[in-house]
Amino acid sequence: MSDELVTVTIDGISVQVPKGTPLIEAAKRAGILVPHYCYHPSLPAPAVCRMCLVEVEKAPKLLPACVTTVTDGQVVHVHSEAAEQAREGVLEFLLINHPLDCPICDQAGECELQNYVFQEGRAGSRYDDYPKRFNPVEDFGPDILYVPNRCILCTRCVRFMDDVAKTPVLNVSERGDRATIGIFPETRLDHPWSGNVVDLCPVGSLVSKDFLHKARAWELDKTASICPGCTQGCNVTIETREHNVVRLRPRPNMEVNRHFICDEGRMNYRWMNRGDRVEAPRVKDGARHQAVDWDTALARLAESLVGTRGSAVLLASARASTESLGHLRRMLDRFDVTAAVKVPLGDEAPLEGIPGLALRAERAPNLAGAHLMGYTAKWDDAVRAAADAAVVVVVDELLTEAELATARRAGLLVVLSTLESDDLDQADLVLPITTMAEESGTYLNRDHRLQRYLQAKAAPGMARPAWWAAVEAQARADGLATAPGSAAEAFAALGDHVPSLAGLTYADIGFVGRVIGRQAAVGVER
Amino acid sequence: MNATSGAVPHGHETAPYEPVFVGPALSKLEALFAQYPTKQACLLPALWMVQEARGWVSEPAMAEVADVLGLTPAFVKGVVTFYTMYHLHPVGRHFIQVCTTSPCGLCGAEDVRDAILEATGCEELGRTSPDGRFTVIEVECLGACGFATPILIDDDFIESVTADRVPALLEGYE
Amino acid sequence: MGYPHPIHPKETPVLSTHFGDAAARSYAGWVERGGYQALRKALAMTPTDVTEEVKASGLRGRGGAGFPCGLKWSFMPKNSGKPHYLVCNADESEPGTFKDREIMRWTPHALIEGCAIAAYAIGAERCYIYIRGEFTEPLRIMTIAIEEAYANGILGANVLGSGGTIDMIIHRGAGAYICGEETALMNSIEGKRGNPRIKPPFPAQAGVFGMPTTVNNVETLAAVPHIVARGAAWYKGLCLGSDKSTGTKLFSVCGQIQRPGNYEVTMGTPMRDLVVDMAGGARPGRTLKAVIPGGSSVPIMTVAEMEDCVCDYEGVMAKGSMLGSGGMIVMDDSADMVYQIWRLARFYAHESCAQCTQCREGTAWTTKILERILRGQGEHKDLQLLMDLSENMTGKTICVLSDSCAAPIVSGIQKFPEEFEAYISKRREPALSPA
Repeated sequence: MSDELVTVTIDGISVQVPKGTPLIEAAKRAGILVPHYCYHPSLPAPAVCRMCLVEVEKAPKLLPACVTTVTDGQVVHVHSEAAEQAREGVLEFLLINHPLDCPICDQAGECELQNYVFQEGRAGSRYDDYPKRFNPVEDFGPDILYVPNRCILCTRCVRFMDDVAKTPVLNVSERGDRATIGIFPETRLDHPWSGNVVDLCPVGSLVSKDFLHKARAWELDKTASICPGCTQGCNVTIETREHNVVRLRPRPNMEVNRHFICDEGRMNYRWMNRGDRVEAPRVKDGARHQAVDWDTALARLAESLVGTRGSAVLLASARASTESLGHLRRMLDRFDVTAAVKVPLGDEAPLEGIPGLALRAERAPNLAGAHLMGYTAKWDDAVRAAADAAVVVVVDELLTEAELATARRAGLLVVLSTLESDDLDQADLVLPITTMAEESGTYLNRDHRLQRYLQAKAAPGMARPAWWAAVEAQARADGLATAPGSAAEAFAALGDHVPSLAGLTYADIGFVGRVIGRQAAVGVER
Repeated sequence: MNATSGAVPHGHETAPYEPVFVGPALSKLEALFAQYPTKQACLLPALWMVQEARGWVSEPAMAEVADVLGLTPAFVKGVVTFYTMYHLHPVGRHFIQVCTTSPCGLCGAEDVRDAILEATGCEELGRTSPDGRFTVIEVECLGACGFATPILIDDDFIESVTADRVPALLEGYE
Repeated sequence: MGYPHPIHPKETPVLSTHFGDAAARSYAGWVERGGYQALRKALAMTPTDVTEEVKASGLRGRGGAGFPCGLKWSFMPKNSGKPHYLVCNADESEPGTFKDREIMRWTPHALIEGCAIAAYAIGAERCYIYIRGEFTEPLRIMTIAIEEAYANGILGANVLGSGGTIDMIIHRGAGAYICGEETALMNSIEGKRGNPRIKPPFPAQAGVFGMPTTVNNVETLAAVPHIVARGAAWYKGLCLGSDKSTGTKLFSVCGQIQRPGNYEVTMGTPMRDLVVDMAGGARPGRTLKAVIPGGSSVPIMTVAEMEDCVCDYEGVMAKGSMLGSGGMIVMDDSADMVYQIWRLARFYAHESCAQCTQCREGTAWTTKILERILRGQGEHKDLQLLMDLSENMTGKTICVLSDSCAAPIVSGIQKFPEEFEAYISKRREPALSPA
């Protein structure tokens, strides 16, 4: 696309767009959604559904807005009589073989066929009593069922596998009204990114087994978040039903993940619903733990920190927010600190058609954020350092038996945890913290893009964000009257110590993130 | 029209698949590579070679063609099912295609079709005769409308067939 | 000539001169009949001059669209640095049309010569001849002729000693009407499903294998040697009607007619001459009812409309139909128009590539409605519905297959409403048994 701008008028609204822009995108700029099925901004446009036909003045025929590029002075009518009649015709044709099984279809409520028929379709069917096309449901892959009767042959799934995943395992088989989406008998739709075809499907033809009949679309609450799976930092939406996460879906971010997420990330949500949670602070009283309120716990923590001399070790999860990692590190400033995050490793799985997009080997969503906050990835070194430390703070990471034994040698062992475990018995102080789904915060991805995620569900019991525990304990230790009370304040406070965050606010980050400099916290070596 | 509906599934391969593209057949295919800038362009010719060798295009054969041409089996199957001349099932020893599209239909092609169904014992379109000798299908416009009714028996293109000529015509095909 | 009948005095045989003359098939026989002189002449001209000559002749594409041939050639880029391709469309599959088959069967070297001249004109070193898979005989004959042409220095690395290269490759189709559409045909050569492509890009910009390509019909290319040999002025002079339609055209006359065959006439010849004088008119005891003049994809004409229609692009269009490929399907009073229209709709439903919604679903739905009418279960509202669906199937898809299905339906209902009425009101016995 060139830098040259052209002006087009769409339904009376003038917009300036770069020359070469498809009409359908120009219309979006004018605030007009041209109904469409086969077109998708991250796929090549085949112009086959013919749903986006619009009237362009001086053109002899209606034109598909997806492949017609703008020219200067063009006048376009999306809602002219001719265009609406053509689209009504398409909808009528699409519906003749489409079952009216919306009541049992997972797509209902977020179905583009339902939506456009409601907007522009005919009230009744003229297909009378002819039989509808019938083909049995097919098992395409580990998480994907194909319901051919609902298929409108938009071919988004085929194009995704061909042009984006570069693994052409789907096809259009047969022709005419016998055509269906096909897969070769011994092949499975098990590419590590194949789940995207379910999102791409505009109707309920490709459905997720995992989500099958789990919830109706309109029951779901949707929250902007970041995938906690790896260092890529794909933008996702966490979808919950009564505070249970039922699925993760990609949230478009053209700079990070376009419209896609990998299957591992997509399925990585069950832990968010675990019930075996630490729900109240606990302090060790002699040999036994006693549940206490936060005030008591924080007072004990502040007191212990002030009264202890020596070195401290911070062993944290790389799923912790930048805010939590930063403030926990600050909380221990009075000590000589060794801080590390654990970096679980796995297979790398690139999405070939999108350069720079992959499931990364480092399954540590905030690894870059941890580095920025003064943590290393040298976990074993940090554990060794714990042997001589006065204070060890563990943040939501399960230690091995040996690691725990080492950590326990410290005078003060503080564990901030989301999950219950027997290991917690070893701690002097147990603090219940929230998962990333239960708090707002930021992650810094591998390309140093700082991205926000929002609280998607309620925290259990008395769990609070780890940063909150840190700032509260520190305020008590330092005798300060106030501490940051929200994630936004906690984030802003980080800027006092981390030059690349100085002056930044949540508003500055927005919802597509912001690339920041690589200067770490003052006085900290990478 | 693919010979699918009601085709008798005799002759389905149960033995391990034997590749088509070995020895001379492979050389013949490789010689075609020079005629096109991409290997993929040899797909239709390769499928013709398979059908010539095996009488039909089985799924293992699609997988073999995919392998030889650097394509995926799904892609190949999408192409095979697009073109009606590739048989997705085994057919009789002789494959008869009768044109019944309008120009021929106006001249009695449907009677020719019925006569062929009767004379071959196939009874139904797409079916193979009990003796395995014939499979008959209707085909859309054979492009010889001035010579109604044209039929194809295997590769023999026969013009101006009338119902009464049918029994004699079939004699040569055992 | 009116193969398989003798030349009719009203014919102007140019391409069909040697139809039925088996001796013209061989290289030697072709040379004896003056073959390959035009290629020699063309090679002595500049490619641009050859293109200009063809442009000046007024030759228009004979496959159906009638696009000016020389103009199409001139769209090919100059010095693009990319390989150029010539594609000969020998997928003749439009119901009612069987002229290209005869050109290939009787005068294969005429086609090779035409292809060679065209390839030279557009700077193509390779020509693919896409022959439909069912054409077993033309395939055999063309294969032999191409071998002969290579053996005699017509094709290969040094065409007639000119130093230029022209390779000719036959690509066999495998059963798909839509591959007669040029972009579908290119996909088919590339080893894909024969799905028509969106234009732009046009073939001259990005055609087969993404390279500049010209696609020409067999009859168009076979006319080229005559134009080069005898000059544009001669060809342009062959004109009885509109001066935008020049030269001769092969009309395939078929259906319910006395002498079905290919008749070559000067553009602008009255349709009546063709149908009645040359092809003999109605069979004994019958009267003519209708003609579909341009292959099955165009509106049906009544006999009254035929009476004063002239056969050229403009003349047939003036009657609300199209010249198309020149395949004339003739129907007499015994023809059941509803049945024939149903049969055509079924054809298009069978051949729809499945890409565009209107075509995939519309061709099948209209077929079902027509079938129901033929079963004696139709209702009056079905006719309006057929008209509405046809409207929704016209001018809205990537290619015109959908429009082609609609054209006979719309014209059939408009021009022969009583035949539909007869079924709906049950005055006529059902043609199909109830479902």
